[in-house]
Amino acid sequence: MTKQVPFQHKHFAHCESGVMSLMISHHGLPLSEAMAFGLSGALLFAYIPFLKLGGMPLVTYRTRPKGIIKGLQQNLGIKMQMHTFSSPQKGMDMLDTLLAQGKIIGAQSSVFWLPYFPPEMRFHFNAHNLIIYGKEDRQYLISDPVFETRQRCEAKDLEKARFVKGMMAPKGLLYYPHHIPKHIDFPVIIPKVIYKNAKAMLKTPVPIAGIRGIRSLAKSIGRLDQKDPRWARLFLGHIVRMQEEIGTGGAGFRFIYASFLQEAATLLDNKDLQKASRMMTAVGDQWREFALLAVTAIRKKKDKPVDFAAIGEKVNSLADAEAEVYQELLDRNLA
Amino acid sequence: MEQNEVPQDNIRTYANNKKAMYATDSAGNYDVIASSGWKIEEEATMQAVQELERLAKDAYTKVGSGSKSPLFFYMYDRRMDLQVLSESTGIYKWRIKRHFNPSVFWKLSSKMLDRYGNALGMTAEELCRMPEQK
Repeated sequence: MTKQVPFQHKHFAHCESGVMSLMISHHGLPLSEAMAFGLSGALLFAYIPFLKLGGMPLVTYRTRPKGIIKGLQQNLGIKMQMHTFSSPQKGMDMLDTLLAQGKIIGAQSSVFWLPYFPPEMRFHFNAHNLIIYGKEDRQYLISDPVFETRQRCEAKDLEKARFVKGMMAPKGLLYYPHHIPKHIDFPVIIPKVIYKNAKAMLKTPVPIAGIRGIRSLAKSIGRLDQKDPRWARLFLGHIVRMQEEIGTGGAGFRFIYASFLQEAATLLDNKDLQKASRMMTAVGDQWREFALLAVTAIRKKKDKPVDFAAIGEKVNSLADAEAEVYQELLDRNLA
Repeated sequence: MEQNEVPQDNIRTYANNKKAMYATDSAGNYDVIASSGWKIEEEATMQAVQELERLAKDAYTKVGSGSKSPLFFYMYDRRMDLQVLSESTGIYKWRIKRHFNPSVFWKLSSKMLDRYGNALGMTAEELCRMPEQK
């Protein structure tokens, strides 16, 4: 392992890619958040109506939690040490031991039980990631990438947040790298990961993921006039929240991915990737136009009918645009 | 999205925090910009928050009228629903539903109350007491 460098906090769009970017860079292999996100192959879309979160169907713009960590291990040859615990006491003791060794530690925790989160952002989401880099008195020093500045958290609060039970329960998960390669073979890895990701988005065997997932969401939105009006509005708001609020740098990770494509274009000196990046930016802009449409519909007075068909149409047209980007990436035969 | 379009609406749900956003400069190059929030996102978040508050308020009234136990109120007050409460306590939904019944709730063992209290981040004693108003 490279020798310890002073820890530097940075502000990022998303917790997991942010933590991984910080952690890998800290250990001597500079990696931007966009690169961490793109190279993990975590970009996705999935709409799973039968999986409910708080009474709402699952809508996600990325792979499942820990997908970025796993993707980076797979694609970059990084090896992570991961610990989960049977008891909170053991989990807190291990954290202290690791900190005493001078390590910076990734931890999974619940958003709801972290006191430094603004009250209106505190929902029961158990797969938030942050870095713990020290301890002073009974307070842990925390670098949470979605916050501008460093945070502090009392031991009892952190313990609660790390050991909540339920869906995606963190079980006190702690992680840190025990092997990081000296360099990354970008010309080999980038095309491979991009190709695989584009193919997954275009050619899913199931209608709930990738472009087909976006289209089935469009269909569901178009049919919302048959649902309970209150539920229909909550559902529209839910989609927008998953896209904009859940720490994504806007537009459901599409802008981060465009930034990744741009960085890849520069690294490989490839004009096609540059073009794909611009196309992806335009897709992100369309996702934001959809958010605007959806929220405008929510805002309408109860007796004013909402044109759900038009909103569904918007989602369909952005699915077209997004499919074009992946097709472009496949056609250019990067791999 | 261009950097000059990055929303700076100072939204209340951020509580003076900022989020990092990816946006391009005039030459099309990406960078991370701190955003004080987009009012469209604020509206979507507030819709969800208000729905949870509506449920908690409604529950508060039901506890007051004696048709539900305090557990019913505190579940919503902690932004949970039956599924989340069930998962975070390890107690079956049907059992929890029974415990919403005041006559069943007041006979619960202190061990059971502790289990609920733990998941809800409060003591058993606090769980048995209702706040002055919601």
